[in-house]
Amino acid sequence: MSNDVYVVGTDMIKFGRFPERSVPELGAQAALMALDDCGLTIHDMQALYSGNLFEASAGVGQRILREIGQTGIPVVNTANACATGATAFREGWMAIKAGIYDVVLCVGSEQMGSGLLGGGGGSKGIPTEGLLGSGTMPSVFAHVGLEHTRQYGTTFEQFAKVSVKNHHHSTLNPKAMYQKETPLEEVMGAEMISYPNTKLMCSVNVDGSAAAVLCSEKKARELGLMGRAVKVRASALTSDPYTPRNIAMMDFNAVTRLAAKTAYEMAGLGPDEVDLIELHDCFATAELVHYENLGLCKDGEAGRLIDTGETQLGGRIPVNVSGGLLSKGHPLGATGIANIYEVTTHLRGEAGNRQVDGARIGLTHVVGAGSACAVHILEKA
Amino acid sequence: MSAAGVKPAPTTKGAVPFLKVPKEGEPYLAGSKCGKCGEVAVGTRETCGRCGARQGVEPVKLASTGKLYNFTVVHRNFPGVPVPFISAIVDVDGGGTLKGNLLGVDPDPAKIKFDMPVNIVIRPVPQKDKDGNSYLAYFFEPRN
Ligand SMILES: [Zn+2]
Repeated sequence: MSNDVYVVGTDMIKFGRFPERSVPELGAQAALMALDDCGLTIHDMQALYSGNLFEASAGVGQRILREIGQTGIPVVNTANACATGATAFREGWMAIKAGIYDVVLCVGSEQMGSGLLGGGGGSKGIPTEGLLGSGTMPSVFAHVGLEHTRQYGTTFEQFAKVSVKNHHHSTLNPKAMYQKETPLEEVMGAEMISYPNTKLMCSVNVDGSAAAVLCSEKKARELGLMGRAVKVRASALTSDPYTPRNIAMMDFNAVTRLAAKTAYEMAGLGPDEVDLIELHDCFATAELVHYENLGLCKDGEAGRLIDTGETQLGGRIPVNVSGGLLSKGHPLGATGIANIYEVTTHLRGEAGNRQVDGARIGLTHVVGAGSACAVHILEKA
Repeated sequence: MSAAGVKPAPTTKGAVPFLKVPKEGEPYLAGSKCGKCGEVAVGTRETCGRCGARQGVEPVKLASTGKLYNFTVVHRNFPGVPVPFISAIVDVDGGGTLKGNLLGVDPDPAKIKFDMPVNIVIRPVPQKDKDGNSYLAYFFEPRN
């Protein structure tokens, strides 16, 4: 029998703001939902992989087990920027792939404050934010977008259309933070944060959690779980390869291209065979560059892709039908597994109003500052 | 009083480690050049980030001219940071890339031109740290 790995259970909580709850409580809720999704319990799990960024040194995985059952299994806590949840998922995948375990639980959870992320300056000297440019995430991703403008003439309006699309998609997703249409004039007319990213082109800071149960093929058959199982065709994780401007201007392109290439090779397929994509639209500018980084179109054609509606639900290659980070929300450590949940739900044909018809293969992508990128390719078993 | 209780006299420092303020001579931006692959990087390095060479990476002074590669106009920032300002990415002539503030141009995307030549100038800034140290920072200005 193959050593393929399957997602047999997955779920996420509705993203929102839960200041009265703790990170482990949020993680526990998604963990129990994912276990229920496949009819297993924590006593069936052989290991836990927990992704969380802001409490990275605080044993979130162990604290989740205190909420749902302290069975003594090994816990691995991961922190890897916005790829934190995807890294936890990948660790679980690797352990099963290596034959160490047959069934594991992967959880991503995060509680976000409000306000800007990033910024320059540390504990020494004086703060450099606003003195030596900006290190806030809206500005960093504004640079990413304007580099595309520089190369291909991509316009403010084209970037804004990404937000219109993803907010529209979220009206079909009851688990998204917002279900609200945002017409183009509203997106372009919203408060300018860092040109060309307006407030409605920045991802929403939310609290959230998502979880997945991973299983070897042998065990999935034994448990009778193959009916709704989704195969992990590829799992790729990269750090940023050297590029000359990398230190001054974080390079989210090279790191993504390398992860995409690795994943397509592992899966033995190309972007033309992918039916839906959840990619890292932390800012509207980011989504367009990732169309090209993930090979959905040729370099320079991303503007055309958004203009022609090819990445809308119903289009040639729907992107972020969940609403994306722009409207579903972006709880850093949960995002990677929430993407897996979304794609898995479509491959199972259970996505309701936002179902991508006939979806058989889906791709998830997250990339975090620093940089870390994870790409997973999933297929209906 | 023991010597340990005496604060050192305030000095002038660079706002970032690669802005060097020598006791004698002009402040400058420090870079490194790899003797193996020729890559010029910002900052003092022992090892080349591009090719991994562990020998022959030599300190160089970065040039004081460059070209605007990229920018954004920042309108919202942390409390106390004056906005709007232009966060710019500049390719330094001869190698290296810097992020900094572009001065002397309206913070209006229509008025900012990719590839415009700039001077890289080093100036004192009003901010001091809690020990009273003064700082120098680098800025970009259009070069006509
Ligand atoms: Zn080198």
